[in-house]
Amino acid sequence: MVTVEKSARELVRELPDPEMPWVTLGDLGIVRSVECGADKTVRVELTPTYLGCPAIDAMRADVAKVLGDAGYRVESVDLRLDPPWTPASISEEGRRKLAEAGIAPPAHIHVGSPRQRTDSTVPLSLGVRCPQCGAIETTLLSRFGASPCQELRRCTVCAEPFPAVRS
Amino acid sequence: MSSARALTALTRTLKPLDAYVLGLGDDALIASHRLSEWLTRAPDLEEEVALANVALDQLGQARFLLGYAGRSSGLTEDELAYQRADREYRNCLLVELPNGDFAHTILRLLFFSAYQRQLYTVLGESTDGELAAFAKKACIEVDYHYEYAASWTLRLGDGTEESHDRAVAALTELWPYTAELFAGDELITALAAEGLVPDPERIQGPWMEQVSSLLAEATLGAVPSSSWRPGGGRDGMHTESLSYLLGEMQSVHRAHPGATW
Repeated sequence: MVTVEKSARELVRELPDPEMPWVTLGDLGIVRSVECGADKTVRVELTPTYLGCPAIDAMRADVAKVLGDAGYRVESVDLRLDPPWTPASISEEGRRKLAEAGIAPPAHIHVGSPRQRTDSTVPLSLGVRCPQCGAIETTLLSRFGASPCQELRRCTVCAEPFPAVRS
Repeated sequence: MSSARALTALTRTLKPLDAYVLGLGDDALIASHRLSEWLTRAPDLEEEVALANVALDQLGQARFLLGYAGRSSGLTEDELAYQRADREYRNCLLVELPNGDFAHTILRLLFFSAYQRQLYTVLGESTDGELAAFAKKACIEVDYHYEYAASWTLRLGDGTEESHDRAVAALTELWPYTAELFAGDELITALAAEGLVPDPERIQGPWMEQVSSLLAEATLGAVPSSSWRPGGGRDGMHTESLSYLLGEMQSVHRAHPGATW
């Protein structure tokens, strides 16, 4: 059996998200950089999905632990806010895993960031597919859900409510 | 920090930009705490989750802003949040007023989130890169807060007679407090001239336009014309309701200083 030593970057990217453990930090697009020096000294930059994300402290602790256990010396795990995280940062692999776990991935709209709306109207969000039956006919129940990056929707075909990553 | 007295002296000598940012951080912290008071009391589960999420976003913003404001003076976000007395707080009066009924909470969130939207949009162009990065991020969050408050304002204002009357009562009470959001002073003028922070006049126009058109759509277009314009929050002159709020918010820290879990 051949054992391949994982790079610091792989170790960080493969960590599960504390609140949505079906996807990794890499899938979610919140690992901004992993710099490893010659003496196994590592500097990591993460970006939060939302400023108040309660999972961020757990993520920083997880990063420090997984790298420390693998013999790396963790110099810093910093937060970088610019450019801001958007749902478009989620990889195709991440979108697939979310859907399998019953959480609809974000619709492919509002890819620009941040949203520059100046009118006072309430926008429609289109194109979120039901993770249960696959129907596209779904309606928004609430912009807010179980974590800061989720909203609550309902499928009008199978009538199931489901969480979705906010677009 | 050895004592609350020494902390008080330090916050009085913050650098101008830090003092300004402290005010924004206090706005977010106090707004967050008021919203969190709705937990277990909201009209239904969806609103409970929504109000809690908005509170959490505001808390996240407060943590960044307080951390920024205290850093060059060696003060942590916890010291600033838990060890200052009411007179040391720099938030606007609007955010500290008691929640009142649901219409009060929604109208306040409408005014406040519309203000933060305009503020953060301009702050996103600040010559201070760290503040600009924060503001771009926060702008995306307050967009959701505004959307939520706006949709409920429409439903309450253009809903039943009862909901309309309550929305009017909230508008009448809260409107005078919105003037303080755009009050300038020498400090802000100097910082704005350097391109560090928004000029209040630059954000007041778009705010008024946005809020007025939404209120008109919600059949709440008759904005009170009273010339009473309460203020003073930025100078530490608060209503007594802030003292009660801090009494509760700081109670655990004061009973167990430095405790973590």
